[in-house]
Amino acid sequence: MKKISRRVFLKLFGGGALATSAALAACGGKAAGAKDAEDEYKNQVEPPVGKMTYREDPHTKNKISLLGYGMMRLPTMKDTKGGSGDEIDQDMVNKLVDYAIEHGVNYFDTSPAYCQGKSEASTGIALHKYPREKYHVATKLSNFSPTTLSKKASIEMYHNSMKELQVDYIDYYLLHAIGGGGMEALHQRFLDNGMLDFLVAEREAGRIRNLGFSYHGDIEVFDYLLENHDKYKWDFVQIELNYLDWEYANEINPDNTDAKYLYGELEKRGIPAVVMEPLLGGRLSKLPQFLYTRIKQRDPEKSAASWAFRYAGSPEGVLTVLSGMTFMEHLKDNLLSFCPLTPVTEEDKEFLYEVAKEIVGTDNIPCNDCKYCLPCPYGIDIPGIFVHYNKCKNEGRIPLEIMEEEYAKRRREYLIGYDRAVPRMRQADHCIGCAQCVEHCPQSIKIPQELMKISEFVENLRRNPVIKHDEQPQDNTDSES
Amino acid sequence: MAVVMFIGVTGLFLDISGTLHHWLSWMPKVQFLPALLALNFIIVGALLLLTLIFGRIYCSVICPLGVMQDLLARLNRKRNKYSYSKAVSWLRYTMLGVMVVAFVAGIGSLFALLAPYSSFGRIATHLLQPLWIFGNNALASVAESADSYAFYHVDAWMRGLPTFVIALVTFVVIGILAWKHGRTYCNTICPVGTLLGFFARFSWFKVVFDEGKCRDCSMCSKNCKAACIDYKSHTVDYSRCVACGNCLEKCKFGALKYAHKAVKKQEVGKSETEETVTSVDTGKRSFLLATALATTAAIAQEGKKVDGKLADIEDKVAPKRQTPITPPGSRSASNMAKRCTACQLCVSECPNQVLRPSVGLMTLMQPEMSYERGYCRPECNRCSEVCPTGAIQHIGEDEKSSIQIGHAVWVKKNCVAVTDKVECGNCARHCPVGAIEMVPLDENDEDTPFIPSVNVERCIGCGACENLCPARPLSAIYVEGHEVHREV
Repeated sequence: MKKISRRVFLKLFGGGALATSAALAACGGKAAGAKDAEDEYKNQVEPPVGKMTYREDPHTKNKISLLGYGMMRLPTMKDTKGGSGDEIDQDMVNKLVDYAIEHGVNYFDTSPAYCQGKSEASTGIALHKYPREKYHVATKLSNFSPTTLSKKASIEMYHNSMKELQVDYIDYYLLHAIGGGGMEALHQRFLDNGMLDFLVAEREAGRIRNLGFSYHGDIEVFDYLLENHDKYKWDFVQIELNYLDWEYANEINPDNTDAKYLYGELEKRGIPAVVMEPLLGGRLSKLPQFLYTRIKQRDPEKSAASWAFRYAGSPEGVLTVLSGMTFMEHLKDNLLSFCPLTPVTEEDKEFLYEVAKEIVGTDNIPCNDCKYCLPCPYGIDIPGIFVHYNKCKNEGRIPLEIMEEEYAKRRREYLIGYDRAVPRMRQADHCIGCAQCVEHCPQSIKIPQELMKISEFVENLRRNPVIKHDEQPQDNTDSES
Repeated sequence: MAVVMFIGVTGLFLDISGTLHHWLSWMPKVQFLPALLALNFIIVGALLLLTLIFGRIYCSVICPLGVMQDLLARLNRKRNKYSYSKAVSWLRYTMLGVMVVAFVAGIGSLFALLAPYSSFGRIATHLLQPLWIFGNNALASVAESADSYAFYHVDAWMRGLPTFVIALVTFVVIGILAWKHGRTYCNTICPVGTLLGFFARFSWFKVVFDEGKCRDCSMCSKNCKAACIDYKSHTVDYSRCVACGNCLEKCKFGALKYAHKAVKKQEVGKSETEETVTSVDTGKRSFLLATALATTAAIAQEGKKVDGKLADIEDKVAPKRQTPITPPGSRSASNMAKRCTACQLCVSECPNQVLRPSVGLMTLMQPEMSYERGYCRPECNRCSEVCPTGAIQHIGEDEKSSIQIGHAVWVKKNCVAVTDKVECGNCARHCPVGAIEMVPLDENDEDTPFIPSVNVERCIGCGACENLCPARPLSAIYVEGHEVHREV
């Protein structure tokens, strides 16, 4: 409540101040001055129509909007009836999609796995009223589960996608998240069951217009598929690209590969890149305060997120940048970055890499809240625990890292906030370390270890209402266990 | 004074933040029975002395149940509603006798049923605290949406049905008696009232008639909540007078004084039990209604937990413990049984939802522990800080981890390492004293699932393992109580 009213106040006040100062400066042309200020304000929040930057798909010659709509984080209505989960707010999805299309977005990316399996149908409903050539839809073969490994089950999944999306061809079809589970999983999911050959045949038949894959994890798989480019003729590849992953992906997690390498390999072969995680699930927008301020200082009229989007859209080999936009404000802000795109300069890049270096130093848990790890069979709310930890970390509210006089207050805030964010029975101390979640994490986070560290950290907080003088306050997050 | 004392004690029972007891925990300790049980002879002596000087002002000022009755009686706006009745001595002395016998024979439940302070405690814990928590939770929701940490959510839960019923019946019975007849409970049932009444007869200051000024207007009798003034014979039954002073105010002629004078004779009369019987009936009925309401509310809440994204979690169920677990500081089951008046202060204070009233016949309403909702955390010693009777004796934080109140028992058929074939070890990881080690099921085969081996010499019975065990609804490791606690 407070926040909103303050924001509104600042907006009004800011607008008012601008108007007043403008009016004062230009005594003669009062009306004109006020109008300028008004436009200035509007330009900051309202994206223009007809200014979208497009990239040409070298294969189909389609013009693809540089901003693509990711349908993984669709708005939901809080489930109050005790049903089986949050329902997608379809009215809001329609509204968002309409607005996006009005402003030139024509690429929509979904998957049978998104939003507990409800995303494709929702996307289909929102897009159906538009002429088929007005939009390009991307979906994936998300055959992770052992029950969908057979060719029959996988084909069924593919056909079901067309049905849910209400289309008779798919513009962009992806092998979903190759790399997780290494070569073995690739063989099981696509090679040994003949699915990849089937999909290549579907492309020839025109029911798939572009065939590609999305990649997370084991680099061997990525390399293998590109080495066989002549055989499969990849039309596009979806990779994680952002100013943090460009050079520091490997530093954050030794199992991950820098985007610089991935993009370089695609560029060499002339394969267009579809960018995912340009914002790392919001982590590049929810920055620690000091970094946020630093980014804002560079351009006070632009959001922190806008830098991440402009960065991701700048390389010429990028076909589109996907963003999972839940709220209208996200959509508008992102449209502002791409209508049209102002590419980042070399200086800008250096600046962003400096920021990236600092982010690496903050030691966040690289969780993007994608929820692929859920459901945990023991009921742990894994992303909830990580998100709360990162939030406190970024806001500088981790109790053990700060001055003694602040400790009691921070401790209280952390513990109360933790109970609010995650019910007690779903907290980290209930993790038994069975590690069933690990293979599902696209970021290759060592989930059980991280949960145990947090559990230990929370246990320390609970046990120590005040910092004991004879003990050195220790930060558990730094110690590898 | 009375109001301060009442608010203080009530606050102590309602407090969910655990801050009040630092300042207020002396309040229950000056209660008569708790002090007696704590063998705190200084306080007992002081209270008797107080009575010998001023009469039963203990009942008017210190006893929270007494003050509660006065507050309830005040809600009844009818004027001049009381009248003189004769003392029901046979009932009073029987009750006192029963209390003494119960105490000597060690029937804690019967003793607890009669103790006035404990009755109040039960009402506060089981009836008042849930309301308080609902209010708090409403504030917590507001605080959460305003990003404030001033209030936080606390669970209100049914700690024990029998005790809840007893609290409710007590409240209804005493409430109706107070509403209609003032201090009937204090003067017919309460054994403390009877005992103090005995001393009050000889008190230095008491209410006395100036027969010369009295016009026999009966105002004093009609406003005496203890029904102890007989205006016709100009006598006051000092064993029942709680020295509230209402009669002094009401007397327009200054015929009553609170002063020193020799004792006069007093009389013995007949019973008022009929009232008690009828009011119990009403009590039952409203109780049934209330429980029905409470149950439906509880069921409605259950359904909300499902959210689709997360696996459902089954609630834990308490195992049947062969020996109940009593909190650290209670030393032994017999010490607890003997000294606890079942006031529920520890139950209402416990921040980990571990303590709840027992349902055993002999230990009815006295606290025992179970770990479905939390475990006895190593940094917490709150119950030992608040207990007024010495049933739970004060222990320091460092002492706590060395008191063995029970030991963990592993149940193979529930253990997920065996049933789900997963690596677990959560019990070992969270044992605060390192009493659990994970070992292969087959000692000759390292590839068999790792299961906990409990060192019962080191185990203190805190229940971390039981509470954090992933097996549901019954844990695969649970704590069996020890009748006598030991140091490890």
